[in-house]
Amino acid sequence: MKPHDQLPSPHHWLDERLPFLKPLCRHIVRFPVPPVNLLWTLGACLIVGFALMLTSGVFLSLHYDSHIEQAFASIEAIDRRIPSGWLLRSFHTGGVSLLFAALYIHLARGLWYGSYKAPRELVWLSGLTLMLLFMVTAFAGYVLPWGQMSYWGATVITHAIEAIPGIGRPLITYLLGENTLGAVALHRFFILHFALGFIIAAIIGLHILFLHGTGSSNPTLDSPHPVHKTRPFIPFYAFKDGLAVCGFLALLTGVIFFFPALLTKISNTIPADPLKTPADITPEWYLAPYFAILRAIPSRLGGLILALGSVAILFILPWLDRSPRHNATYRPFLRIGLVIFFAAFLTLTIAGLQRVTPLWLWLSRGSLAVWFFVFLVLIPLTAYQERHISSQKREMS
Amino acid sequence: MTETPKEKAHPAFDDQLLPCPTRRDVLTTGSIALGGAGACTLAVPFFDSLRQSEASSTLQDQTTIDVPLQDLSPGEHKIVVWQGLPVAIQRRTTGMLHALESPALLTLLADPQSRTRQQPRDAENLYRSIRPEYGVFITICTHLGCVPNYQNNPTIPASGGFFCPCHGSQFDGAGRVLRNMPAPYNLPVPPMHFIDDRTIRLGESLTSPDFSINSLQQL
Repeated sequence: MKPHDQLPSPHHWLDERLPFLKPLCRHIVRFPVPPVNLLWTLGACLIVGFALMLTSGVFLSLHYDSHIEQAFASIEAIDRRIPSGWLLRSFHTGGVSLLFAALYIHLARGLWYGSYKAPRELVWLSGLTLMLLFMVTAFAGYVLPWGQMSYWGATVITHAIEAIPGIGRPLITYLLGENTLGAVALHRFFILHFALGFIIAAIIGLHILFLHGTGSSNPTLDSPHPVHKTRPFIPFYAFKDGLAVCGFLALLTGVIFFFPALLTKISNTIPADPLKTPADITPEWYLAPYFAILRAIPSRLGGLILALGSVAILFILPWLDRSPRHNATYRPFLRIGLVIFFAAFLTLTIAGLQRVTPLWLWLSRGSLAVWFFVFLVLIPLTAYQERHISSQKREMS
Repeated sequence: MTETPKEKAHPAFDDQLLPCPTRRDVLTTGSIALGGAGACTLAVPFFDSLRQSEASSTLQDQTTIDVPLQDLSPGEHKIVVWQGLPVAIQRRTTGMLHALESPALLTLLADPQSRTRQQPRDAENLYRSIRPEYGVFITICTHLGCVPNYQNNPTIPASGGFFCPCHGSQFDGAGRVLRNMPAPYNLPVPPMHFIDDRTIRLGESLTSPDFSINSLQQL
């Protein structure tokens, strides 16, 4: 029996021509993983979920027609007439919700355990870039069926971008290719959605590359890198990831087969009508927090700035939090701060799905204030305090 | 900070693995096999979606069409579309009919007797047509599917004729391919019959009712 990482003899031919193959293989097989909990398996779930999205997307694109007259009918044909088309489309529409759920928990795990901190800034930044691209892709994809929700969702977002002073309107006309949301825009949304799938795939590759540069963070106290406790990725963590992926797929199929109504909004089963906005217009849940922010701010530009800013502060987080400690479990103020941030995020998500009432508006505004307070005030202050404590400790010893 | 004592490396880092399959090997092989089976099952709907669906098979909708012939003078021809295929209908002159019968032409042909099933029974004659006056052919070259043009070859008796622009296959006025051409078979004759003297119905043969485009040796 050969050791796991020794390539069999036919691979010597490849090995001579691609000398980096063997070290790469060894790097993956023997990649040292610290003792981590189940939350660290979400990365694998996301990769598998994304692969499923990419594959089902390519197969769906064979049947989708982005002509404005045929788009809605082609989606109906996929659901009703193309063999197994309903299943592929369910994978795609159900997959996006599961993917975003996993992505947000993956991100929350990174926040809690300090995965954004040095030396993993690149992992964090590439991950946030992926999140933004996921949002854009999901939004563009949602336009494609050209139902009522597609049309009015796209209308609202394009008008939000229009709020940028000076360049907003020319920018939107340039991006849409015409003054209004029409045939040219729909085709562009399709190409954007299709192309972004492959761009995301490439950036996922970078994300993993960056991760392998520094290794995984971990949930123990002696962060960031207790090397002596690591175990090789194969077989230990490959099996653990595999188990989690099975659970993820079981959840996905469970939703697709037993709760299909969760995946589609009734209004999107009506063809787009530029003359009538549906009464129950809400975004998909994964974009609801940002929609709630746009809605909570009485100024169009202000809403856009705050919605973008809420994500932008995540990008500078590694430099806002300069504490030597990583794990929120052992950082009392951050622990409270993150818990109320998670609560605020959930509140915004729920608020974005409700009809506008004064209560939800004020809850949204409060949550938004919490969001900015936690990242811009609480985290820098607690980091300052913790740096101070650790420097005192060093002096004492 | 005290220095952590160096622990011994985990056995899985060791190159010297056990000489016989371990429990871990059994688990690994089993998992990979099960995962592979799962992936194959998952692939089923993906490949299934590539199957021809009822939605796209609109070709079958119009199995027969009726073509009026009164606009054709002797020597003229026209092209109609039947089941998405180009069908050439020519009205022959007596000169063409004589040329089709001439032994000089027949010796040049690959299949002068129309032995290959490229036509319904009622067209298995010298003219490959029900009525000698009208020749009807699906003008799809039996070589690689290009559409031959209606063009007489000056070196053979003037029977009317077809020339394929793709690889130069030549056919006589009855759609019979000449010897040593890239095309292996004669041009197909569609199933048809005359409703009256001036109208032809494509897609239905009276003498061989089961004859369809699927009955052809090569379309």
